Formats: sequence, structure tokens, C-alpha cells
Amino acid sequence: MNDRLLDFAIRYGFLILLFGMVVYFSIAAPGFFGPLSAAFVLQSVAITGILALGVTCTLVVGGFDLSIGAVATSALMLSAYSMVILEHPTIVAVFLCLAMGALVGLINGLLIVKFRVPDLLATLGMMFLLIGLQRIPTQGNSIATGMTLTDGTVAEGTFSAAFLWLGRHRFDLFIDRLLPMPVVIFIGIAVLIWLFLGFTRHGRLMYAIGSNERAAALVGTPVNRYKIAAYMISGVTASIGGILLAARLGRGDIASGNNLLLDSVAAALIGFAVLGAARPNAFGTAIGALFVGILLQGMTMMNAPYYTQDFVKGAVLVAALVFTFYLSSRRSGTGH
Amino acid sequence: MAVDALRVNGLQKSFGKNHVLRGIDVTLEPGSVTVLMGANGAGKSTLAKVICGHHRADGGSMTLAGQAFDPVDAADAIRQGVVTVHQSIDDGVIPDLDVANNLMLDRLVERSHGLFVRERHLRAEAAKVAAAMGIDVNLRARVSDLSVADRQMIAIARAMARAPKVLILDEPTSSLSATEADRLFALIDRLRAQGVAILYISHRMSDIRRIADRIIVMRDGAISGTFDTEPLDYEAAVTAMLGHRMTELDVAVQSGTAPVLELTDLRLFEDAAPISLHARDGEVVALVGLLGSGKSRLAEVLYGIARPANGAICINGTDYTPRSVEDAVSQGVFMSPKDRGTNAVIPAFDIADNMTLPFLKGLSVGSFLKASRQKTRAHEMVSQLGIVCQSVGDGIDTLSGGNQQKVMIARWLLEPAKVLLLDEPFQGVDIGARRDIGRHIRATAKGRATLVFLAEIDEALEIADRIVVMNEGAIVGEYKNRNVDLAALVADISGAQLTATGTHP
Repeated sequence: MNDRLLDFAIRYGFLILLFGMVVYFSIAAPGFFGPLSAAFVLQSVAITGILALGVTCTLVVGGFDLSIGAVATSALMLSAYSMVILEHPTIVAVFLCLAMGALVGLINGLLIVKFRVPDLLATLGMMFLLIGLQRIPTQGNSIATGMTLTDGTVAEGTFSAAFLWLGRHRFDLFIDRLLPMPVVIFIGIAVLIWLFLGFTRHGRLMYAIGSNERAAALVGTPVNRYKIAAYMISGVTASIGGILLAARLGRGDIASGNNLLLDSVAAALIGFAVLGAARPNAFGTAIGALFVGILLQGMTMMNAPYYTQDFVKGAVLVAALVFTFYLSSRRSGTGH
Repeated sequence: MAVDALRVNGLQKSFGKNHVLRGIDVTLEPGSVTVLMGANGAGKSTLAKVICGHHRADGGSMTLAGQAFDPVDAADAIRQGVVTVHQSIDDGVIPDLDVANNLMLDRLVERSHGLFVRERHLRAEAAKVAAAMGIDVNLRARVSDLSVADRQMIAIARAMARAPKVLILDEPTSSLSATEADRLFALIDRLRAQGVAILYISHRMSDIRRIADRIIVMRDGAISGTFDTEPLDYEAAVTAMLGHRMTELDVAVQSGTAPVLELTDLRLFEDAAPISLHARDGEVVALVGLLGSGKSRLAEVLYGIARPANGAICINGTDYTPRSVEDAVSQGVFMSPKDRGTNAVIPAFDIADNMTLPFLKGLSVGSFLKASRQKTRAHEMVSQLGIVCQSVGDGIDTLSGGNQQKVMIARWLLEPAKVLLLDEPFQGVDIGARRDIGRHIRATAKGRATLVFLAEIDEALEIADRIVVMNEGAIVGEYKNRNVDLAALVADISGAQLTATGTHP
């Protein structure tokens, strides 16, 4: 009986907590329960959520990607540079960012697989490299239309309407102009990664690599290719996050995106606790991102000061990790 | 009468229901090398771990130089003068420190050592230790840059810095080359001359011949033989170790039809003799040999993990040179590796996922897995092999060792193989599961060549049509599994002929 209770707690505890939190805020904070508020929560977690889904893929193969935040801000600066200074059309700017993300992922993967650099160190190095690199073309300045370039000319290009549409368009749902484009993209990517990791043979082999790399290799799995693929997915999703951030801001802001890495890693790790998976999974990651978003939105609406936010996120993360690792280890007779 | 360095009386040790040591009596004399032999799982490592304080004994007693000896932990055993060098060398050294620091590490731990390291003094002391041991390496070199043999020497020298009464070496040559091993033996000779009692755990015959003063053989948790009269009877020792009681199992010997796998003048190592071997359709060939006999290497070569020095491999008449495991599998060569815990089991997966792992492609539509098809295939194998489980959705770690192994074997029976390689398929498997696996392998043998790599004669007699003996990377004997001349088989395994010819080149 006790075992079954524990099992139930591990499996549904986190979802029940999420539900309880929504009910509590709905009662305690007027205006919390409603489509506008929901859209706002989703909007706030969409970009971190997209990054978190990428990092989930690297966690699945037993790796880790610390460079996602820097890839996102690099994509932000690259799209701005491409459109404002080089005056490229939208499609070129978007393509450049995605290609940059894939290339960074490829380099990360090669560093880890071919040069045997430990994953944390390789991606940490890549993070520093990108943070530095994105500042070099503009001497550390943010990019906006009308800025003066080093050769004395003025940047004539602008963010095109089509590009801004990616970050600012809102679809009609229940009420006019409710659902922002980034949220739609977030949900789309979440579904794709969920299907890929959970239901394709590639996903299954990636989980096998994460669980016992040697055994996976000895059944003929191309381990290196899958690991590189995981880092490339992570790089591409991070660059999508950066594009959406740029499209929302409408300028190449050098200072934005500071919290992206930690927030998205937290979401992916909180995801371990969802449904008692005790391993990285796309559904859990999406719920993890949502959990943090709802908590912060509710607290903001109840007038909690902004500086408590990081503390709250940290507390949720620690609680989720205890949930995952302590309770699961106590469960007698594992099984899915 | 001289006092024995270490005396072990009626030692007992169990892990759960598993009775590993069933009353062991051993004495070690000062200035003498006692070799402890035993097959995998005989309990020799457990015995070493009890003596060095890693495990507490459940029964029996030990005396060290006449005094009662009951170490509470490894540090206590070392303080009392019993020092152990374990199988994995890197447990004995700190790779990122230099040689001098490694040699002096135990001094740094002592409380009497001051706060600051006196660099010059430390180096002078280290040089003394190194000289006493006959170690000739640069004391400033980082240990991680040294060869395996040098690291081994340093681990032993560190142990010897405490002037122990008893030194235990657990399979010290398992990762050394022949010349490197010679240096180790020279060191052991030196220690023997200093009056240290040495317990040397190994089942490598060449080592044993070189250094043994006495041989103790363990089998199934008990001493099955003691050999201490000159000249030492190595063959009898191997027989005691392997235990060749005929099993009751009746093998209907097949000679097979067309040859499937053909090895022609294959050299596993640069300096090994060439191997030629045929394995036929429907035939189960057991390759037996001790550790280091080259049978693992042969399995690796056939599975695309290692490259042979030269020679040709043919499968069904066409040339076969696998570039990778993936390549081998796609050409119909499958291998169930030894040590399933590290090499085969995916602990996070359930039975069905573990079993179907190599063949997910065939069980998917596009890239999407058909879970129902996976389950059906797994179900079939579960009933064919008699795997005891509630459902194929159970986690693999809920199964017993024998059932886990059945899943690992079933993995490679899902699709027809041209060549099936089974490396130690009975490792950590109870007798019931062993019979089930053997029966099933034999029953499905048609349509492929099956190679089974084994260290135990019993197991080979139970499963094989033909037994091929390997020693030092070469084939030294071949037997049809019918009225096998066990004495000759044992002689081949222990390499008796090799030395006979070896002395007259």
C-alpha cells in the first residue's frame, strides 16, 4: 500500500502540484485565470522552452549543452547584423541563423566525439567563444537602424515586417489577437521533439546511448553520429529561440538573453520529475518550463517583488530534483 | 618452525543467498610466492578482499604473524601490514601527480607529517624508495604519462613503502605485455628475497610458471587443490581449477554442412602464429582458452572492433573485413558480448526495448517505432527461452542475472545471423538458465555458424559440437565433442605443449 502511494506520488505528484498552483492563484489573484493571462504565461516561457527542448536532446544522449544561451544571443545579433547592416531579406537572415546554430552544434559534437573534450568543458568553451564573437563585428555595441558604423556611414537597413511578424504576430483564438507566434512555434517544436525522442527509433537509440553507451555501440548503433546530431538539434533550436527574441525586441540588443541558459536548463531538469520519468523527456521539459512560468506569473500578480524570482526558480528546481532522485531511489522494484 | 606470515582458518563469506567462500584454509609463508588460481566466480577476489579488510568475514579466523588479525577496513589492514595491489592499476596511483608524490603519498596522509610539504626532502625520500625497488623512471614525470607497467611498479612500490608482511597482487599482469610482465616478476623476486609473503592471484599459466613457489586452486568457493612439491604439477592445477567432471548433458554432435566462416592464416597480433579455422552451417564451435589466450581478440576481430595483423576472413565464400560493429551487424555477424552489465544491458529500458535494440529499423514504419510489433517479437522470444517475467514491459533490472542474460541472447536471435558470436554467454548465470540458453542455441543453430567463447571446459562440453583450444593467440588443439580426451584438452589449455617446444626452439 505504501509502495503504491509512493509510486503515485512520484508519477503524478508534480502534475498535481501544478494543478493545485493554478487553482490557488486563480482564487487568490484576480485576473489570473483567463485566456489573456494564459497567453502571457506561454509567451514568457516560449523562448526558454524552445531552448530547453534542445538541451533535453543532449541530456538524452548523456551529454550537456552549456552553449545554448550564447547560441541564442548570437542568433539575435546575427539576424540584426544581417538585416540592419548587410540589408539582407528576412529569409536570408533566418537561414543564416539556423545554419549558424547547426554549425555550432556540429563543432560542439566534433569536439566531444572526435577530440574527446568532456561535454561540459567543450560547450562551456563554445559559450565563451560565442559571447565574445557576437560582439566583435559591432565593437560591443547593440545594433539598431540608424546607428553609426565604424567607417562613418549610417546603418540604413531595418528589421523587415516579415521578420518582426515571427516574434510579434498574434493569432485569433477565443479573442482577437490572443496567441503569439512564438508560442505556436514553441508548441510545434515541443510536439516534434516529443515525437522524435519518444516514438522514433532514433530517439530510442539516443536514450540507449545515454543509459549505456558501450552497450549501444556493441549492438551497432552509430553512437558518434547520434551524439553529434543531438548537439546539432540543440544548436538549431537555440538559434530559433534567438531569432524569436530578435523579432520580439526589434533590435540587436547586446544585453538581452542573459538568463536564457539557466532558465532553460532548469526547465529541462524539472522535466525529469514529471510523470516519474526520472530521465530527460520532451513532455516533462515543456511542463517544467510552464511550471516556472505559471509560478512567476502568479507571484507577480500577487505583488511579490521581482527580485524573489530567481530564489523561487531555484527552490522549484531543488524540489524537483529531490523528487526525481530521492523518491525514485526509494521506490522498490523499478519499472515503467 | 618459522611463524607463518598469514594463516586463514575456515573463512566463510556470503552475499545474500550466494555462499561465496565455504571455509577456506590458507597459509602464507614469509619469502614465498603463493599463487591463487581459480576460474571466474570461484571466489578468489572475494578471498583477497576479506584479507585486505574490504569485506568482513562471516565466519572463520585469521592470524598475522601469530597474532589474531581481523581488520575493520582496508586502512586497518594496511596499518597491520597487509597490503593489496588491485586489478585495476589506476586505483593504486594518482595519475595527475608526479612519480615522487605518488611514492610518498602515504606519508602525506600521516598526521605526523607537518602542514607544509618539504619538496626537497620528499624527492630525496622518493628517490630512496625507487632505488630500493629498482624502479628507473624520472621522478618528476606525471604518472598519467607513464606506461601501464611503470604505473603498476609505482603502485607496488607505494605499497612496499609501508614494509608490509603480506603483499596481495590481484591479477597484476592482466594489462601488461610480456616484457613489461618480466619487469614485474623481477620486482617480485626482489620482494621474495626480502622475506615478504606474497599472494599472487592469476590464472595466466605463463606467469604462474615463472614465479610460483606454491599453487592453491579455488573452485566454487572452496580450495580444490594445493600443490607445493617440486616440480609443481601445473596440469593438475589447471584440472583442479576447471573441474572436468563430465556433465550429464547429452549433446547430439553435428558436423554441420557447408562452411560459413573461414579464417585463413589470420594473425591476431603481429607476433602471433597464424590461425586457420572453418565453422560450418549448423555447427556450434566452442573456443576455449585462459585469459590472454587471444579468444577475446578473435571475437573482437570478427565483430569489427579490432583489426587483425593480417590474413583473410571469408563468410559464405565472400571476403569479410568489417570496418565497424555497425558494418559487422549489417553483414549478418552478431555478437553477444561478455560482462553484460557493462557491455549489453541498457538499464533504463524495459525488456522489449532491450531485446529489440539492434533491429529497431525492421520494427519501425519510416522512423516511427511500432511498439506493438516490438512487444509481439519480444513475447515470442520470452516464451521460447523461458524468460521469467510479468510482462515484456518490465524494467530489465527487475530480472535475475540468468533472465537478463537470456534477454541479451534473445536480442541476437530475433533475426537470422550468418555468424553468431557468444562471448562468455554463461557468465553470472545459474545452472537452470545455462541449460535453457545452451539448448536454445543448439536448437536454432541451423542456418548459421555459431562460435562460443568460453573459459570453462564444462560449459564447452555442454554446448559445442567441436572444441577449439586457443593459447597465446594461436589454435593449439581441436576436439570433436565425443569422448573427449580431457587430459589432452587440459594440457592444451594450460599450454603444456607450448613450453615443451618452447624450450627447444
